[in-house]
Amino acid sequence: MSISRRELGKLAGGISIAMAAPAIWTSARAQNQPIKIGCTVSQTGALAGTKNSQIGYELWRDNLNAAGGLLGRKVELVIYDDQSSPAQVPGIYSKLIDVDKVDFLFTPYGANLTATMMPLAKQRDKVAIGILTLASNDKVKYDKFFQAAPWGPNGAEDWARGFFDLAQTQGVKKIAIAAADTEFSKTAAAGGKRVCEQAGIEVVSYDIYPPTLNDFSAILRNLRAKAPEAIFLCSYPPDSTAMVRGLTEIGLPASVRLFGGGMVGPQYASLMQTLGKNLNGIINFHLYVPEPTLKFPGIEGFLAEYEKAAKAANVDPLGFYIPPFCYAAGQIISEAVKATGSIDQKKVADWLHANPVETIVGKIRFNELGDWTERRVLMAQFQGVDDSGLDQFRKAGKQVILDPPAFKSGELVPFAKARS
Amino acid sequence: MVFLDLALNALASGIALGCIYALVALGLAITFGLLHIPNVAHPALVIAGAYAVVLANMRGIDPILAALVLTLPFYAVGLAFYEFYARAFERRGRGNTLQSLTLFFGVSLIVEIALVVAFGTDLRSVSVPYVGRSFELGLIVLPYRFLVPALLAPAVILGLWLYMTRTHSGLAMRAVAHDERALSISGHDPVAIKRHAFGLATALAVLAGAALVIVGPVDPFAGRVHLGRVFAVVVLAGLGSIPGTLAAAIIIGVAEAFVTAFLSPSWAPGVAFAILLGTLALRPNGIFGTAR
Repeated sequence: MSISRRELGKLAGGISIAMAAPAIWTSARAQNQPIKIGCTVSQTGALAGTKNSQIGYELWRDNLNAAGGLLGRKVELVIYDDQSSPAQVPGIYSKLIDVDKVDFLFTPYGANLTATMMPLAKQRDKVAIGILTLASNDKVKYDKFFQAAPWGPNGAEDWARGFFDLAQTQGVKKIAIAAADTEFSKTAAAGGKRVCEQAGIEVVSYDIYPPTLNDFSAILRNLRAKAPEAIFLCSYPPDSTAMVRGLTEIGLPASVRLFGGGMVGPQYASLMQTLGKNLNGIINFHLYVPEPTLKFPGIEGFLAEYEKAAKAANVDPLGFYIPPFCYAAGQIISEAVKATGSIDQKKVADWLHANPVETIVGKIRFNELGDWTERRVLMAQFQGVDDSGLDQFRKAGKQVILDPPAFKSGELVPFAKARS
Repeated sequence: MVFLDLALNALASGIALGCIYALVALGLAITFGLLHIPNVAHPALVIAGAYAVVLANMRGIDPILAALVLTLPFYAVGLAFYEFYARAFERRGRGNTLQSLTLFFGVSLIVEIALVVAFGTDLRSVSVPYVGRSFELGLIVLPYRFLVPALLAPAVILGLWLYMTRTHSGLAMRAVAHDERALSISGHDPVAIKRHAFGLATALAVLAGAALVIVGPVDPFAGRVHLGRVFAVVVLAGLGSIPGTLAAAIIIGVAEAFVTAFLSPSWAPGVAFAILLGTLALRPNGIFGTAR
């Protein structure tokens, strides 16, 4: 059987079309498929208190889809529960990348969980936005990692530096440091100790205590005996509560002018309500408070939407601490995709390194490690708090920003005076 | 003076802490010590009790009064659960330690998840007028949020000890731990007695929950912190010894308080197990246990 040149050409054309058809079909189909962003949320386990992060993601997705999506495609979230367990995280992120075929990643909450997925994100070359994860990229040095939280450059050591800057401006000469035996607290305590040594402030005591400790009165008594002028405390919610109660039960020496710094807990509505006026005078870190110096475009609308969703989900009704930064994490991706007109990982990462991003938590610029170029962890002092409930915290003036100076919204009141 | 201040206060807060540990361990002293059921779900039940007390307190009821009333429904829950356990495991000969442990770990997780679903993950606390104030006696300053629940423990333990030594059903409860078959020959139904004992242990969980939530706020997973320590208390006391549970818990509480005050707080959580290991080396049946 012989084939003419014309017949051979037709046959070759037919075979080419047949071979190319699946690719053309897949490509066309992909254009209609949603853009997927995958992550885990600690819905159960010890970190379940952070599950309100999901509301931040969902509000971003809903607002974006209502405005037409990204590149004409809907945005879809693929979220799994990591049970607060680092052991669960690598497997889930493998599934997100290989099975669910997500386009971008949000990290889990915090450094402990994130550390277990960073090598995978780097290996699979996926843009990953860090969710309140401290110093997670310091060792991995992944060029497609970007931090949603304002720890700033050298965050591991300096995130609570504002407290020590305040101590210096107040002329403090003796400081006591107490920290829970966890990575987040210990790095802050160690960083603070170094700052004190550089600034010539004497560290009169340096206590690391286990997070399971029940009675903190002995620690407070030991602190009282050393008469420090400032106490830097890095604690978690149960111990923060015990320490704040201990302030009235056991008391502090009259020498103390600054107290707080790295306490986790007074950012959460449940503890703010429980502790009420006992919080007065405490200077503590926060990421957002409703002060006039932090009125970024969109933040108030976000918090109003969050409040409704939080009520239905039975989570923190204020949502100042984590959810705005989860919404901002989404904005980091959507702004970069819009600007580049692409979901190409390199183009998106390159654009984020080169351009600032406008978000509901302010304008963010990233350095080469994906951290914010400027530290914007707030040191805010509780002032004039009463026992009337949560609504007071939605107004300005109850958590007055003292540091960074660019966002300062009021003056420091000495500890004893603020509590009187 | 500073030394005396620290020592006296460590002693006072250690005794108070010990009393609270005893209250948390008491239910386990019955289920594990007397019934030999490794009820690792007990701390989770204690936290469920704490949440029930929080709900009552939101309606203005005093936590301890609420806990006393709530012992009845918790007793009923304990009876029902033991009935399930006896039918599903013991009567089918599957009540071995490993299977029981698996079951109770599962129960513990279910209780935690149920609390998360029902109440969310925020810390919950009670409102009582004495929180934030302290009892003062000379150099001793003891917060009322420790003192009040601590005073509950000796009262509950005295009542339980009288019940177990002076009443027919209490004696039967102790007898079932020693020789189930002999008890059934004497005309008692061992399953009914064990069911009652399990109900009693579950009822005690709500009293312990009230004590914990007065001391500080709790979340659904707060029971995990206490699991190791309460087992240490029960084993140190000598399985099933009720007054021994109080003594062992106070020994651990005082040791923890002194270690925190004079050595390093980092060592405090290891104290219970260090004492346990040391004691078991000298007295394998615990401080107040007898050879069986």
